[in-house]
Amino acid sequence: MSFITGVGLTSFGKHEGSSSLDLMSKAAQAALDDAGLKRVDIDGVLCGYSTVSPHIMLATVFAEHFGIRPSYAHAVQVGGATGLAMTMLAHHLVEAGVARNVLVVAGENRLTGQSRDASIQALAQVGHPDYEVPLGPTIPAYYGLVANRYIYEYGVTEEDLAEFAVLMRAHACSHPGAQFHDPITVADVMASKPVAMPLKLLDCCPVSDGGAAFVISRERTGEAGVRIRGCAQAHTHQHVTAAPRLSELGAEISVARAKEATGLAISNVRYAAIYDSFTITLAMLLEDLGLAGRGEAAARVRAGHFGRDGAMPMNTHGGLLSYGHCGVGGAMAHLVEAHLQMTGRAATRQVRDASIALLHGDGGVLSSHVSMFLERVR
Amino acid sequence: MSERLADWTRSEEAVTYQTCTACGHVQYFHRAFCAACGASNPRVARASGKGRVYATSLVCRAATPETRAHVPYNILLVDCAEGFRMMAHGETDLAIGDEVTASFKPFAGKLVPFFAKRK
Repeated sequence: MSFITGVGLTSFGKHEGSSSLDLMSKAAQAALDDAGLKRVDIDGVLCGYSTVSPHIMLATVFAEHFGIRPSYAHAVQVGGATGLAMTMLAHHLVEAGVARNVLVVAGENRLTGQSRDASIQALAQVGHPDYEVPLGPTIPAYYGLVANRYIYEYGVTEEDLAEFAVLMRAHACSHPGAQFHDPITVADVMASKPVAMPLKLLDCCPVSDGGAAFVISRERTGEAGVRIRGCAQAHTHQHVTAAPRLSELGAEISVARAKEATGLAISNVRYAAIYDSFTITLAMLLEDLGLAGRGEAAARVRAGHFGRDGAMPMNTHGGLLSYGHCGVGGAMAHLVEAHLQMTGRAATRQVRDASIALLHGDGGVLSSHVSMFLERVR
Repeated sequence: MSERLADWTRSEEAVTYQTCTACGHVQYFHRAFCAACGASNPRVARASGKGRVYATSLVCRAATPETRAHVPYNILLVDCAEGFRMMAHGETDLAIGDEVTASFKPFAGKLVPFFAKRK
């Protein structure tokens, strides 16, 4: 058994003058404080990567900087799925008795530490170096290809996709740490600058500075307990050119495995934390995971289904689209928010019942998937 | 690998692909082995350049000065007649399902495959 005993999250946006290590340290300290643990209690460290400050041994760089001498430490790289992949590994390490308290941490000054072009270019390198990158694609273009195909096969519209950006912005408006606090409309999304059609600027997550961290422990440290019920992964390809058809993508596979591992069904889920790098990502994942019927996710957004007071509140912090995206820490914010909801600490964003949460992360171009169920225990 | 036919990735006006001599698997990303069964030396052949558009995305925001000079450019995934999928450029008015034929164009200092509607 494993528990998420503490979470830490910085605000996202501009942290002028902060390095990746600064942001990681800030989030890590907040997670330790939340768990009521000291540095000496941490015997495992898992960290993500930083595109601004790449290092072949980031976990030990961080451990030394932060002041920990762990018995287990390394970095993990699975793109946007890294945060949940680290959490899954921490869960297994703790269950196997390898470590008692694993600190999972990531942070990056991606917005102020490099130019936006440099960020876009660094990320485009997930494409195939010989067969894709010479064509000048960008991450939005990889997802734009998928989006147009999804629109073609399932009759989804660009206005449908815009609904997800509007919802995430509405949620961000009630979180003081979010990068964006101005409400937007479907018309605003439709009128925003074209990036890689059908994706426009407001269909895309921003580049942010920020950090996030959690502690995964064998034993609870406080009153409120959040237990990792189970998790699973699926990896079907790396490059969009080699992706399987839409009906055979990894999210369906990983969630099926996670359901099998936990004995839980989608009908048990009360809160959803779903990766949303682009509006299309969120639309597809909701439908792949079974949180909406095929082609029906946007209608559910319009009906308030995924809102704070809806039947399946989702990403109440604003997600990558509006809380922000600082790399690995970006999707970790989804877990932090789920934890706050499950422990009744989400302030004005608090939902009625977050007793069981489904989390899902995606890396690459729908390449790597991690699905995870969390359960509140008293 | 059997003889290495030059293709657009080496500035030659051609698209090539591999077929496994053991299991018949077709692959576009060249390797010294078949990714389906592991047999070595898949056979390399030149593709006809005919295919059907699987997906499109018109890139309006590029990330480098070299690619920015070409904006907007249409990135495609094309299902080729020989049974493999490739990424390429194409005319901006192409729609999913269109039958297309490849030619080649310079782009950001390199040669890239460019598809147009089949006449």
